[in-house]
Amino acid sequence: MEFISDLMTYGFLQKALFTSIMVGIICGVIGCFIVLRGMALMGDAISHAVLPGVAISYMLGINYFYGAVLAGILTALGIGVVSQSSRIKSDSSIGIVFSAFFALGIILIAKAQSATDLTQILFGNVLAVKSSDMWMTLIIGAIVLLVVAVFYKELLISSFDPTMSAAYGLPIRLIHYGLMLLLTMVTVASLQTVGVILVVSLLITPASTAYLLTNRLSIMIILASTFGAISAVVGLYFSFIYNLSSGAVIVLVTTAIFIVTFIFAPNQGILWRFIRSSKNKTAA
Amino acid sequence: MSNAITVNQLQVSYYGKTAVKNVSFHIEQGNLIGVIGPNGAGKSTLMKAILNLIPIDKGEISFDGKTIKEVRKKIAYVPQRNNIDWDFPIIVRDTVMLGTYPNLGVFHRPGKKEKQWAMECLKQVGMESFSKAQIGELSGGQQQRVFLARALAQKADYFFLDEPFVGIDISSEQTIIKILKQLKDEGKTVFVVHHDLSKVEEYFDELILINQELIESGPVESVFKPELMKQAYQTPFPILNDVGVGV
Repeated sequence: MEFISDLMTYGFLQKALFTSIMVGIICGVIGCFIVLRGMALMGDAISHAVLPGVAISYMLGINYFYGAVLAGILTALGIGVVSQSSRIKSDSSIGIVFSAFFALGIILIAKAQSATDLTQILFGNVLAVKSSDMWMTLIIGAIVLLVVAVFYKELLISSFDPTMSAAYGLPIRLIHYGLMLLLTMVTVASLQTVGVILVVSLLITPASTAYLLTNRLSIMIILASTFGAISAVVGLYFSFIYNLSSGAVIVLVTTAIFIVTFIFAPNQGILWRFIRSSKNKTAA
Repeated sequence: MSNAITVNQLQVSYYGKTAVKNVSFHIEQGNLIGVIGPNGAGKSTLMKAILNLIPIDKGEISFDGKTIKEVRKKIAYVPQRNNIDWDFPIIVRDTVMLGTYPNLGVFHRPGKKEKQWAMECLKQVGMESFSKAQIGELSGGQQQRVFLARALAQKADYFFLDEPFVGIDISSEQTIIKILKQLKDEGKTVFVVHHDLSKVEEYFDELILINQELIESGPVESVFKPELMKQAYQTPFPILNDVGVGV
């Protein structure tokens, strides 16, 4: 395998590898909660909405992490305000707020005239990961995993039964915004690998694939992060060998795993469902 | 200690529209209480207001002289069945184990002890053989029994059930009512939002009859009377005959 020897030789490839694996794992973990809470659109929104934050950080010459997190939080709060204090439904609120942030981001990025161009932020370029990016991703990843591990019980019950959670005094709104903060951090960590446009796929698709394979949240999380990591590494490989856009390749790999699972999953797959239903028909 | 509930002059509105107004009652511990009234009478709203799940306009609610915040962990809540995502990746035993969460600290995870206790609670509702099933694989009555087991797992003093008997089989209904009666015999206060008037006299000790405003509260014999029911349901409609109240 030429890829393996290249991996040994080139530092930039090692950085890309570590970054991809971490991104795949944390997207899978957070993605499970996003999927189960029916917040896929919110995931898409937050990831797009970090753009103006990135641009402003470039202008101010600070690490883009700070601006992106701030923009993400403002978006989550803005969506909350619009949907809770009016009759506008939550999906429309999400659409209104995030497209405004994204549009602002496009203009600001053009004005910022940074070395990193818009395409790279939008679609990712895993091979251009710098040491500082890698460390940031690894640190964000460690924080995200730690928070999920510590508050697993609270995340589980508030996702499954928010009413009971509120009845016994869990601060469910705080948990919601906490999750949005984690989501923003995951997006920032994924910028270099898949880019803001396609982060949602790495959040939703591996988690949904895992959802078809198990009846336990803990196993769903492990499977989702495994699928995420595999997709990211395979994406890196193709991107390196064939000079393809890493984000796009990663997304297509997650989709391929999803399609296979969608058809062949032991209980939920359409093939077995079809076989079962035709058996039932002949039995009846 | 007692598990009495006192509600004084409670008023709740949704988007400026009053949903519950002027509701006051007092319930001693060890009672099985039915909240009845027509559709849209604010039964669930009343329950949610008592549990502080929705903001109230005015009024006071006290649990044995304490505020809700002080007794929260001692309150078990069984939601309406259609408010639950039955496709959620969780098995029966783990669902029951959620009942132990309120009494575990933030940094504590449920362990062996909680698992065993969850199994015991499942046994009480006759669902132990389904412990590994995903909750969506169960029938409506079985699902409701599992959620009752979850409430039992919480070792609560107050139990609030929102329409527990809707769309479930007779034997599940009997199991559930038997357990609710046991709970009240142990001195717990059990509060049930209820729809079907046919079994009211058989099931409850006290009734709260509302149609936005409180019509009457007190022992079943003094509330479940044709003229009061008529006043609540405001109707010469067949509903009264259907449910056999017109005695």
